[in-house]
Amino acid sequence: MLRRSRNSGQTFSSRLRRIFDLTFLSVTLVVALGLLALLTAFVLVLINAAHLTLARYGISLLGNPRWAPSSNHFGLLPFVDGTLITAAIALLIAVPLSLGIAIFLSELAPRWISEPLGYLVELLAAVPSVIFGLWGIFVLVPFMRTSIDPALASANASVDSTLHVSIPLFTGPIEGSGVFTAGVILAIMIIPTISAISREALRAVPQPQREGALGLGATHWESTRISVLSYARIGIIAAIILGLGRAVGETMAVTMVIGNSDFIPTSLFSQGQTIASLIANEFLSTYASPLAASAFLEAALVLLLITLAINIGARLLVWRLVKSTGGGGIE
Amino acid sequence: MQAAVPLGHNDENHDGAPFKMVVENLSAFYGTKKAVSGVSLGFRERTVTAIIGPSGCGKSTLIRCLNRMHEVVPGGHIDGQVLLDGADIYTQDPVSVRRRIGMVFQKPNPFPTMSVYDNVAAGLRLNGVRKRSLLDAAVTKGLKQAALWDEVKDNPYGPGIRLSGGQQQRLCIARALAIEPEVILMDEPCSALDPIATAKIEDLIFDLQKTYTVVIVTHNMQQAARVAEYTAFMYLGELIEYDRTKKIFEQPAQKLTENYITGRFG
Amino acid sequence: MKLDRDGRRRIFNWVVSGLCFLCVVVALVPLGSLLYTAFLNGSHILSISFLISPENPVGICVPGNCSAGGIGPAIYATIVVVGIAALISIPVGVLSGIYLSEYGRGRLGRVISFFTDVMTGTPSIVVGLFAFAVFVYIDRAHAFSALDGSVALAIIMVPTVTRTTEEGLRLVPNSLREGAYALGIPRYRAVLQIVLSTGRSIIITGAVLAVMRASGEVAPLLVTTLFSPQGFTGLGSPAGLLGPVIFFYATGASPLLVRAAWGASLLLILAMLGISLAARIALRNRFK
Repeated sequence: MLRRSRNSGQTFSSRLRRIFDLTFLSVTLVVALGLLALLTAFVLVLINAAHLTLARYGISLLGNPRWAPSSNHFGLLPFVDGTLITAAIALLIAVPLSLGIAIFLSELAPRWISEPLGYLVELLAAVPSVIFGLWGIFVLVPFMRTSIDPALASANASVDSTLHVSIPLFTGPIEGSGVFTAGVILAIMIIPTISAISREALRAVPQPQREGALGLGATHWESTRISVLSYARIGIIAAIILGLGRAVGETMAVTMVIGNSDFIPTSLFSQGQTIASLIANEFLSTYASPLAASAFLEAALVLLLITLAINIGARLLVWRLVKSTGGGGIE
Repeated sequence: MQAAVPLGHNDENHDGAPFKMVVENLSAFYGTKKAVSGVSLGFRERTVTAIIGPSGCGKSTLIRCLNRMHEVVPGGHIDGQVLLDGADIYTQDPVSVRRRIGMVFQKPNPFPTMSVYDNVAAGLRLNGVRKRSLLDAAVTKGLKQAALWDEVKDNPYGPGIRLSGGQQQRLCIARALAIEPEVILMDEPCSALDPIATAKIEDLIFDLQKTYTVVIVTHNMQQAARVAEYTAFMYLGELIEYDRTKKIFEQPAQKLTENYITGRFG
Repeated sequence: MKLDRDGRRRIFNWVVSGLCFLCVVVALVPLGSLLYTAFLNGSHILSISFLISPENPVGICVPGNCSAGGIGPAIYATIVVVGIAALISIPVGVLSGIYLSEYGRGRLGRVISFFTDVMTGTPSIVVGLFAFAVFVYIDRAHAFSALDGSVALAIIMVPTVTRTTEEGLRLVPNSLREGAYALGIPRYRAVLQIVLSTGRSIIITGAVLAVMRASGEVAPLLVTTLFSPQGFTGLGSPAGLLGPVIFFYATGASPLLVRAAWGASLLLILAMLGISLAARIALRNRFK
């Protein structure tokens, strides 16, 4: 049944087959290359769209503290400050917590605890930013205003009085919203990222490495500290950098609790704005003016370049780690 | 070292069957690393030929050159010729070549998303056979030839991966048989199976040679002795000796062969 | 109690374990609080009429008609806009994933894979502005439109779908590909019919998760679809999806709107919980 059809027209069908093979490969290749093209398009299109302000002000906007589009002041410094401060607060809070979580789940806890708990931590990442913002407005902000912020303010005040200094951290009017609260909510949102990738880094540590210290009579924590953490160091750093990238780009939750003030924050209780929240809040009201729209697009370009740099840096670290240890499978 | 018994079309054993496949001065490489070196060998029609040797001797590489699977590995290429019915398969379309030469692998690899029926029919469907009656006939025949029919005839639409290891391997054999190849290559087909499943498959191989030319790679000498009429012994990429199995085991011509047979290394 | 060095080490061990456990608890408190608040505030407003009502959203009183209303229009708009985004992004993502896994093992493939990963970290609002800028070029009149939003969401989804497809196909054991080649199956067929179907559960899960994430997006939509109380008003016009609805109602003045925001949030949370749980179960069954 088959032999009859096999010998006749064999060369034709094999040529056809080769054409199909080539076509399929080409199609998938073109699409994949399209992804790279898309990434470059991001940068090019934004540069083009922001050409008005780029041509007129260049990057001096980044150092200009005055943002008043109606009078053609497009200083982005308050927002760069806001982005940096909120990201720093987020990292300060999230990194220790995430490491603790990663160590607990991957090293210390038995499987029947670590699986459900790990799933719950992942859930944090699944909740949309806007819902976090909603919770932030009605739960976190009042909580900060009534409980946390006053405590921090009095702590700051007593430190000030005993040391005769004036530390501008937790000073100023307490509204509950503000830069600090935004940092807190960002911390909550980046914990899943940092802990998940750290867990991967910890998991990639080969068993003989762990057993080495245990065999010397070390306690569980000691063996973790000696053998595992140092081995996974690079992966953990990459995890932190990726968390930073996420914090810088987060928009909605920040927008809803940061207080939306276009001035450079003077203390952690100040209302402020990040680059992302600026765009979310004000783009729609001022886009009609081409110069203003261009300023917003320049801000977006800045944000894009910052996140690209952060992400490329982190992923290069991961790549180097995987190459040098010949494995690991870290995302 | 004395040259291996030369083969070719002028072999002295005139009572042997004609050669279905002939390998002429074949060398196989992974990049620059040579795994098979200058092998010349013939496989007689409707016979089982075993290739034995210690691990790393190149027997798996050799058999994968016979159906052009070696070049699927990155960096895999060959030197020399492999003739099927007198024509070099390396000048033909590899896909067509692979349809005439079936292969069974060390670890059973049925397609996990397909039923038993679909697994066996996979090769046929890709040749454009659509008619249900034709497919049914071919699948039944393949399963019967692979001695799996009795065990699956009540439920041929069940998933292929639910079978036992030995059954899965017979399924793969049925799948290879369904497209009616002329040659069947087997790369250590029983090494992942238990002794009972192994015995069943060895019986099967013995039967298959009535219809097909079979080449089997095995690290188990007793298996070669049980199923194969001819045996080739390889060592470090070279063909050391080739002859009737009886002669290889009782009166090997090469010292190296004798050492391997008697277990002095392996 | 005499604390010898060993005893001290052991106690320290327990202390550290306790601290790490505390970290988990601290991280989960906000999650618990959020879920609790969502259930508390949103559950009694969730009803069938709230979900499918085609009328004006809650709180918006047209003179003479303060009907209960609901988020029906927003749900419909979300389905349409995200649906179109999925139609664009899933084929693109799967095809690139196929390339990266089956053909792109060399330098080019690794570069594409690397930058695709980098792209997953692009802030969504930047993608929104990118889509907006592109639309201003091509069709200025429709720069604020549902289609614009779909394009933005599609761009956000593609890198995720690509990577999950690539990883999923990589998990398909090579012995299957070899089995197919040995049967004389040409490569494109082996990929399309054997490899793809074997890895399909992971690919589908990845696509579903990408769609789920896109449904909760707000920032890119603010600068593309803008907003519309009527939900979906046509591909070329602004649209009001679920995410932006939550945003605007949360920051609105009326407590009715706020309640509607909680209801919509609860709906999204339940949907996402359900889908992520189902995805986990589906993936676990695959490895049986």
